[in-house]
Amino acid sequence: MRDIAIIAFGQTENKRTERLLNEAEMIAPVVGDLLKSVGLKRTDIGFTCSGSSDYLAGQPFSFVMALDALGAWPPINESHTEGETAWALYETWVKMQADEEIETALIYGFGRQSMGSPREVMTLMNNPYLEAPIQPDTISQAALQARVMIDKGIATEKDFAEVAVRNLKHAKSNPLAQCSGDFDAETLLKDPTIASPLRKHDCPPITDGACAIIMAAGDKARELCKRPAWIRGIEHRIDVQALGQRDLSECPSAKLAAEAAGVSKGKVDIAELHAPFTPQDIILQKALGLGDDTVINPSGGIHQGNPMMGTSLVRIGEVANRIINGEADRGVAHGSQGPCLQQNIVTVLEGE
Amino acid sequence: MGDRCAVIGIGQTKHTDKRLDVNQTGMIRESCNRALKDANMTWKDLDAVVIGHAPDTIEGCMTPELYQAEALGMVGKPLFRVHTAGSVGGSTVIVGSKLITGGIHEKILVVGWQKMSESQSTWALSPVIPFQPALMAGAGGFFAPHIREYIRRSGAPEHIGIKVAVKDRKHALRNPFAHIHQESVCEEEIRNSPMLWDPIRFGETCPSSDGSCAMVLVSEKHADRGSAKPAWIHGTEMRSEPTIMPGRDEVNPRSGSDCAKSLYKQAGITNPRKQFDMAEVYVPFSWFEPMWLENLGFCDEGEGWKLTDEGATSMDEGGDIPWNCSGGVLSSNPIGGTGTVRFAEAALQVRGQAGDRQVDGAKLALGHAYGGGSQFFAMWIVGSEKP
Repeated sequence: MRDIAIIAFGQTENKRTERLLNEAEMIAPVVGDLLKSVGLKRTDIGFTCSGSSDYLAGQPFSFVMALDALGAWPPINESHTEGETAWALYETWVKMQADEEIETALIYGFGRQSMGSPREVMTLMNNPYLEAPIQPDTISQAALQARVMIDKGIATEKDFAEVAVRNLKHAKSNPLAQCSGDFDAETLLKDPTIASPLRKHDCPPITDGACAIIMAAGDKARELCKRPAWIRGIEHRIDVQALGQRDLSECPSAKLAAEAAGVSKGKVDIAELHAPFTPQDIILQKALGLGDDTVINPSGGIHQGNPMMGTSLVRIGEVANRIINGEADRGVAHGSQGPCLQQNIVTVLEGE
Repeated sequence: MGDRCAVIGIGQTKHTDKRLDVNQTGMIRESCNRALKDANMTWKDLDAVVIGHAPDTIEGCMTPELYQAEALGMVGKPLFRVHTAGSVGGSTVIVGSKLITGGIHEKILVVGWQKMSESQSTWALSPVIPFQPALMAGAGGFFAPHIREYIRRSGAPEHIGIKVAVKDRKHALRNPFAHIHQESVCEEEIRNSPMLWDPIRFGETCPSSDGSCAMVLVSEKHADRGSAKPAWIHGTEMRSEPTIMPGRDEVNPRSGSDCAKSLYKQAGITNPRKQFDMAEVYVPFSWFEPMWLENLGFCDEGEGWKLTDEGATSMDEGGDIPWNCSGGVLSSNPIGGTGTVRFAEAALQVRGQAGDRQVDGAKLALGHAYGGGSQFFAMWIVGSEKP
């Protein structure tokens, strides 16, 4: 395998509602600043790939206008995945394995959840014949998952609240975070439930935001970055969707992806988990085999912000940045999409 | 470039206006099962699936591949979604081929699909977005001005568009999978069909189809496993440019010509008209044949319509470079799968599996797809011999 690294990551401030800028205007400065930070021109980039969702933007081909933000001229070598951007990074990694003339790549993702009601929109992710007509929304589905965990004695509502307390505490050191602060679980548990047993702190924020990563191969990465975050493993797997067909308290596809990516081959200093709901954080720690010696979600995780479709790329970027600046030597980034952690991608990053 | 990649299984559904007998997944599986049978493989043999689908708004589902994962045999395996507008059926195949040439997997399936009867595609693709130019009643309204500009520049006579439509619809009669089988088709019939977006008549327009097309791609080690000799990939390329940019040429887009140049370089093509035995090119409105003949370097700029006029692209007229032997997009158009069909038809030809639409002794063929406002291009070259 060719050695490929992440050499830069940037994102917008995570906001509940971005009123002034459209998608292209959100992406343009992030990409511009990122290129400048590593001394590249946009015409130096060998491959570009993005992730987004037409349903969040409320229009078909929403990624097409985003392309205008890149100033894609002369024409660029480019692709797009409909969904979470960590998969766009995977596609780029594959492309760079196959095409050795590609030395650098740009990956960007964006989501503007404020354009609609994500809770309602995402009911359309379900089987259109059997499930979507009864409109099972994301929070209710996650609540079913949480309920299974409680019933099986795996975790309590207090355990869920502790995940939020940890994330919100970590987010205090993140200047771009949407939510942060010092809380205690007992106080949080006094809040009413939204979909029992989930409370507000168990759910992801609604966020408008954009993010981008620059990748480079081999010596090019070393030339552009003092300490690149090398991709030592990147794998994705999917589970069956129908909620009755799997034990929701476990996440077999995340476990398979983590094993294939080689998470356990060394000490994991930090891990960023794409767990939109707090119970999923607990499921994922187990699936990925993470122990007490790993700092989970140093950025604040999902509470930092949830620019959906970009969220999974932020996880990779937050791990990469900590390796690039020397805070960590080895880290794991996880991305997910679909109801109840259905599809999962695991990236293992290392410094040299 | 790493390992070689071969196509050893090809399957498509009979494209039609409404598949009421199957749901989305059933239709997709039909094409996949045919491709797997052709490859002498089963679902269990597959390392991964790459799936292409154009706007989800057409079916009213968000990322439908998630609920389809189980039916696609991918539980516990990698399932990857591609969406690059109308070129997606082609770029899906290219993304899949990189999994093989990059040494990630050895046996994968690529599939592109759309079940357009589940909504009204013209309106699904034409929302009114604040502060953005409207697409104007579907793709035809968007592309008609490009065609008028082509006619102005080239001085092409009116019958060229009609001639392309007759040729492709006649080709479609040779293809049992084509959506439109217009037995009576002739110049008069097309000329008398209603004008939709001047100069595009109803008869010069692609249909909306329910359909799916799949291919099994493998590394060299598995290349002889299929029921026919493999088609070898000689080159793949993608290019994109912005929709709206001062000075951009929508009629002869640079992303298309750049894409072709880079592709031809990979396969040593210097004279496409001579070196290719046939081409399957994304022609959703008849006039795009002469436009793409020029854009893809089959002739000089302004000369494309002359090739069409002299019958160079027609099987029935014994043309030297048949285009769209399958009947093309003008005869079948399941959007997310339309590019996959182009790529697959090129592969069928070099495998000698094209039945009545077979070009005798086809050894090298071009597959082409485009999308958005003539701004996303995906192309490949397949051959009967190893690259």
